[in-house]
Amino acid sequence: MTAFLVEFLGSMSTWGVLLSIGAYGLGMFLQRRSGQQWLNPLLLGSILIIVLLSALRVPYPDFKSSAAPVSYLLLPATVSLAIPLYEQWELLKKNTAAILIGCLSGVIASLGSIAAMAWILRMERVHSATLLPKSVTTAIGMDVAQTLGGMAPLAAAAIILTGIAGNLIAEWLLNALKIKEPLAKGIAIGASSHAIGTAKALELGEVEGAMSGLAIAVAGVMTAVLAPIVAVLLP
Amino acid sequence: MNYIFQFCRILAVCFLGEVLAHALPFPIPASVYGLVLLLTALKAGIFRLEQVRAAGKFLIAIMPMLFIPAAVGVMELWDALGAMLIPCVIATGPITMFVMGVTGIVTQNVQRRIGKKGAKYDSVSR
Repeated sequence: MTAFLVEFLGSMSTWGVLLSIGAYGLGMFLQRRSGQQWLNPLLLGSILIIVLLSALRVPYPDFKSSAAPVSYLLLPATVSLAIPLYEQWELLKKNTAAILIGCLSGVIASLGSIAAMAWILRMERVHSATLLPKSVTTAIGMDVAQTLGGMAPLAAAAIILTGIAGNLIAEWLLNALKIKEPLAKGIAIGASSHAIGTAKALELGEVEGAMSGLAIAVAGVMTAVLAPIVAVLLP
Repeated sequence: MNYIFQFCRILAVCFLGEVLAHALPFPIPASVYGLVLLLTALKAGIFRLEQVRAAGKFLIAIMPMLFIPAAVGVMELWDALGAMLIPCVIATGPITMFVMGVTGIVTQNVQRRIGKKGAKYDSVSR
């Protein structure tokens, strides 16, 4: 039965996109219905698909190739983050120093704390290099991990989990720390939890969303430059 | 049809980003080059805002959903993840909170300090 199903789905091309949108839609529905913010549609949708594929013994590569059109849109979507940025140009220009210093502090905090953890837990180099770029966008992070001798697919997983964590905690944490400026909120979210966090920033407001998108690019490039230097200090 | 042309312009920028990522030796991905290129094109007046805005805003709105296929990929990594479960939990949870907190506090303080100075001397700070 499952062998038949796997073969059947392997020959179909539409179900991956359908399943992605359906699971995400169901996640949105559950979030709205329950009123629980932490029931994130990306998290719920992904768990749902993992459970479904595991239960039916459908291999991940089949799903991945069938859902390729969804992933394909990631590049144009990330590039489109330039649009809110353009719309907030005046704000950006007026706060260049705050944005650059803020992003730099975040990148140093991220690289420094991963290096510290690597020392304290006596982690193997291949593991610590995998986690080192975990706060930046998947495309940059995977490259950095690979270059430094980490495992790229696992780096992608850590990056996505970081994004989901950031998305879930952002509103609560920023309130608790009395971070009120929309610009600072956006930079904090983007520098710590890249595009998945940015989805939350866009919900918070236009300025938050634009600045979060900007922080993805700035923190990403800073990480690409600084991570190899910090990697020298890893055990 | 309007939307498809808007999408086309964005894709053209993506393509240029990919070319740059391929041609230049830096570990910077196509998406970051593309983002900077699109911003430059808008600033330079090569595209007017409304020539990309609707399609771009749509793509941004559906962005979280676009991560689903990649996130499901975690299912293939259970074994590798098991060996480093504790560091992974620390890195994604507490460290993410720490990074977000530090960035937010520093950005807000610098922004407010510069803002205050600007108001005092009645000059636009940069």
